[in-house]
Amino acid sequence: MNQEEINELENMALRVREHIIRLSTDGGCFTGASLSCADLIVYLYNHFLNVGPHNFTAPDRDYLFLSKGHDVPALYGTFVELGWMEPERLRNHLKTNDTIYWHPNRNIPGIEFHSGSLGHLPSVAVGVALDCKMRGQDNRIVVITGDGELDEGSVWEAVLVANAYKLDNLLFIVDRNHFQANIRTEDLIPLEPLAPKFEAFGWRAKRVDGHSFTALDNALAGMPFEASRPSVLIADTVRGRGLPSIQERADRWFCNFTHEEVDALLEELHGVRRAEIESEALMVR
Amino acid sequence: MKNYEQTLLEMMAADERIIVMTAENRAAIRNLPNLAPDRFIDTGIAEQTMVGAAAGLALRGRVPVLHALATFLTLRAFEFVRTDVGIGNLPVKLVGGVPGFLSDGNGPTHQAIEDVSLMRGIPHMHVFCPADEEDMLLGLPHIINSPHPTYIRYNALKPVIAHDPIFEIGRAEQLSDGTDVAILVYGMLFAQAWEAKAILEAEGLSVRLINIRMPKPVDEEAILSAARETSLVVTLEDHFLTGGLYSIVAETLLRHGETAHVLPLALDERWFRPALLSEVLRFEGFTGEQIAARILERVPTRV
Repeated sequence: MNQEEINELENMALRVREHIIRLSTDGGCFTGASLSCADLIVYLYNHFLNVGPHNFTAPDRDYLFLSKGHDVPALYGTFVELGWMEPERLRNHLKTNDTIYWHPNRNIPGIEFHSGSLGHLPSVAVGVALDCKMRGQDNRIVVITGDGELDEGSVWEAVLVANAYKLDNLLFIVDRNHFQANIRTEDLIPLEPLAPKFEAFGWRAKRVDGHSFTALDNALAGMPFEASRPSVLIADTVRGRGLPSIQERADRWFCNFTHEEVDALLEELHGVRRAEIESEALMVR
Repeated sequence: MKNYEQTLLEMMAADERIIVMTAENRAAIRNLPNLAPDRFIDTGIAEQTMVGAAAGLALRGRVPVLHALATFLTLRAFEFVRTDVGIGNLPVKLVGGVPGFLSDGNGPTHQAIEDVSLMRGIPHMHVFCPADEEDMLLGLPHIINSPHPTYIRYNALKPVIAHDPIFEIGRAEQLSDGTDVAILVYGMLFAQAWEAKAILEAEGLSVRLINIRMPKPVDEEAILSAARETSLVVTLEDHFLTGGLYSIVAETLLRHGETAHVLPLALDERWFRPALLSEVLRFEGFTGEQIAARILERVPTRV
């Protein structure tokens, strides 16, 4: 990846963050978790996955499953920036005349499956990966999971089964933003050491800065990380990335800002000034 | 007669969409893993992942046929069935082993006696409860070819009669047109209902026997005509009273603004005493003789 490509990704990621901020009002959304994986999603659709409107239903396309479905604003924003989704549709967020809500659904072309209940899509992805293997296709199946999501036992069932069937066409990316809802993961259910957990289950793990396009590109160039083994990329990320006033704040999980706060946060995103946020924090959905 | 596994293998040979899965329960498919290894997936004792992976396979155009004990398939994996298969409206076929009384000596952990209630509550889901092996094999091709997700109460007991070979989704099998008592039954208790029918007829009663086959979509016309044309409707099931056939009959009558005398024979707020099947039936009052006696206590005296 050259510098020009990196700049393009940075610019797109910035615009995706603008979409996320604009969706964080009039009902709000899961702002922090969307900002932590925005760079991952922008990178994957631009430089890793062979998928787009030209092959949305083709059996040999690459698949992305958003298992931590509450980060879907990052996906909406990316689809708009790629020209896959009408920008006007984002104005339908949380309205009954469209299906743009807090979790993904298949009515939006490009979204492979609904999610929202954590710990489901690792298993669904195992099914898709098994079928690709059965048919002798070499497409890749990527699952973005949350780190808190790894508390779900069903994730580890899928990890066991993927190892048993040697699904080297399967890649998990853990959005390791170190929070689950309003709590630090290590203060509640510690996950570290995380990479060795997957390695012990027969997977091959890499760990990178999830906001560095170069690091992502270098790490994923070698997927599968080892032949006949599933791969996991632990992407260290920052919840609320790009907005210092909410970044790393446990109470800024689900956000429903005022319109004035949205304007201020957009300025903060562009480094104009720091936003003063007084909206109620610790909202739980 | 072919058995379940042979029938399934024949269908697999003719239809490459079919993938057979199990969560390490191969009782009904002992030879299949060797005979069709490329179309068989065993996820180990991981019912949730089996169901989730089945949804993934169905997204790819497959028709997965899943095998696990009925309790674990419908309870442990319930949210995966509801959320992945149900919301997705995917053609996944869930085959539950040893449902109802068929878990005999296992104990309450293994008693799937809320399975019909749970599965029929999921939008798009069909429910098939065959009376015996022949009934199951008559229905199987229709169930596999249907676009609906379907729960199948696996039942390989030998048949006590020859069934109507005409099988239709949502149609009951009416074996007699009696007018005094209608016995509505699904699943393995069909054999006991058949025995009870003979006893009641020897007592001079005119008995209508209906093998419901599919609690969902249910044959409403069979229920309504039984209510209209007989003096007593008996619902017979190895299932909790809540949410099963008794509930289905009540819902059907209410929806059509009708009423009837109904005698429910089911498990009322209790698990059954674990023992060998014949002992379970006797202890719980579900032998043919006991069923007939319970009906005779309630049937209006003929003038």
